[in-house]
Amino acid sequence: MIRFEPRSNPGPILVYGVPVFAAVFAILLAAIPLALAGAPIMDAYGLMITGAFGSVFSTSEMLTRATPLILTGLAAAIAFRAKLWNIGAEGQLYMGAMAAVVVGTGVIDGPSWVMIPVIMIAGALAGALMLIGPTLLKTRMGVDEVVTTLLLNFIVLLFVQMMLEGALKDPMSMGWPQSEPIIDSAILPPLLERMRVHLGLIIALVAASGLAVFVKRTVWGFEIRAVGENAAAAKFSGISVTKTMILVAALSGGLAGLAGVSEVAGTRGYLATDLSPGYGYAGIVVAMLARLSPVGVIISALFVASVFVGADSMSRAIGVSSYLADLIVAMSLLCVLIGGFLTRFKVRFDRRKTAG
Amino acid sequence: MEIIDILLAASFWEAAIRIATPLIFGVLGALVCERAGVLNLGIEGIFTAGAMAGWMAVWLGAGLWGGVLVAALAGGFFGLIHAILTVPLGLSQHVSGIGVTLLATSLSYFTYRTALPDVSSPPRIIPFQPLDIPILSDLPFIGQALFSQTAMTMLALVLVFVTGWVLYRTPLGLAIRAVGDNPSSVEAQGLSVYGLRIGAVVVGSAMMALGGAFLTMSAFDAFFFGMINGRGWVCIALTVFASWRPGKALIGALLFGAFDAFQVRLQTEVGAFFPSQVFLMMPYILSIIALIVVARKADYPKALLVPWFKGQR
Repeated sequence: MIRFEPRSNPGPILVYGVPVFAAVFAILLAAIPLALAGAPIMDAYGLMITGAFGSVFSTSEMLTRATPLILTGLAAAIAFRAKLWNIGAEGQLYMGAMAAVVVGTGVIDGPSWVMIPVIMIAGALAGALMLIGPTLLKTRMGVDEVVTTLLLNFIVLLFVQMMLEGALKDPMSMGWPQSEPIIDSAILPPLLERMRVHLGLIIALVAASGLAVFVKRTVWGFEIRAVGENAAAAKFSGISVTKTMILVAALSGGLAGLAGVSEVAGTRGYLATDLSPGYGYAGIVVAMLARLSPVGVIISALFVASVFVGADSMSRAIGVSSYLADLIVAMSLLCVLIGGFLTRFKVRFDRRKTAG
Repeated sequence: MEIIDILLAASFWEAAIRIATPLIFGVLGALVCERAGVLNLGIEGIFTAGAMAGWMAVWLGAGLWGGVLVAALAGGFFGLIHAILTVPLGLSQHVSGIGVTLLATSLSYFTYRTALPDVSSPPRIIPFQPLDIPILSDLPFIGQALFSQTAMTMLALVLVFVTGWVLYRTPLGLAIRAVGDNPSSVEAQGLSVYGLRIGAVVVGSAMMALGGAFLTMSAFDAFFFGMINGRGWVCIALTVFASWRPGKALIGALLFGAFDAFQVRLQTEVGAFFPSQVFLMMPYILSIIALIVVARKADYPKALLVPWFKGQR
């Protein structure tokens, strides 16, 4: 008979070690699909590591990939803290990117120190509004936000597609459905010469630290945690649950919108419907690996980005499907869930049944 | 008037029932899971896994019904993962479900790409053919609309009645409904809460996978990346709309299918005035509207999302 006993006080080794162990375990599990695909396993792991860290270029690529993941990871982390199940970061990202394109392709112009904040605010606002809608439906009418945010992802992508074939289409794009390029003064400049890693990374790091301070040290942050842990008790103690939820929605949607701004104005330079290979969904994994801690999000985003970049380059080298990266990321989510359980409970094997 | 002509055509209802079929499987599956108290957001990935596994089995030489069985087993497998994480371990049903969707989707894509590394156009199988039942298929209107569907559509309709009968007419169904409302009362009866919940999630997930299998083995004849395209999430919305009842699930799926078939026909009439994306958005917008309409009176299973642990009240 197996029993689970709650642990009164899991130590720091468990709390911080388990996510790391889960991530490593997920990578080791990838040996099974690698072996079934007939790939040389040790070579594959070697290629993954050099693919993500082997040169300045590959590390820059990894950091470029980590940038949107930090932002969508933060978006999921803050929302899940308050038990607002925002699964719509993908759609919020695209709305943010589209808002950046609307204001950042020549309607207004100015120096960079004006233009960059302008497109960031526009993108964050667009993302925030995308989540405030479903949140109001949840608090006012009891409409489940999981399904509405999920479905909005599909609606937004079609909307973006429609705009790219219509009002936002670049007349110079030779018929491709893509937007006009972001003007030079609104481009997030690269951090290293001839590398792709850009100012978005700094923005993401600042956002993570800011959010960490906000959650830990401000009254609003306290209210968010209180609502997440026990909404009824929070309400009883005088916290307005609706207001807190809308604050969380604005933060979470805004962060996801910023991820879109960073991608469109930092990495890509224009908007197309393949801007995000699922950063919104991967952000959920990033947040869970980080145990919803904003600073932890930075580390877990680096891990997920290394998996993506490493597995991409490995799969190109030895011809294994690059869906292996998505597989590892999915497995690390399930592993960290189980790991989280093991930090909270002890597993006891009871012999009483057989003895008595 | 043209709209009336559209609605009275047998071909319209044939299309509506065809579009509704995967949703019927999906909503029934989601409903069985949720009636037992477990939200299964793995549905989108389980659809993908069922579509890929069923198709792959047939492509490798299995019979069509063999493919259906493989799809159901694949769905049951991913359902079991979700069930273990959410029932005895009591982990967040939202996050576990998203995890199962990511896992099932990426595993399906990886397997497909590994088995067929360099195909440019997806290979095809010979799918289920329209039934040709003597007399019934020759009936006017209903013969074309209903009795010329494939065997999988008939299976979906039969499952509606089987699910309804099991849930409302058998002790097992009573226990499943009770475990989603008040698990402690089930435990007091001497029944296993874990066993009932895990069983319901596994069976429900197998049903969802059949919805995916219908797409690759009946509606189309090949597997495409991204072919599920939110159908699973639509099913979760329709489950709420159907108030967790199999009969209403059938009606909801048919309404949805009819609306979708209608907007496709409307598109050919007035498509010149609107971008095609407006029509493609319709199913998702419709799902959200359906949720809003029933939100106030939605009667969720009382223990939905609430983990239950042995020896604790």
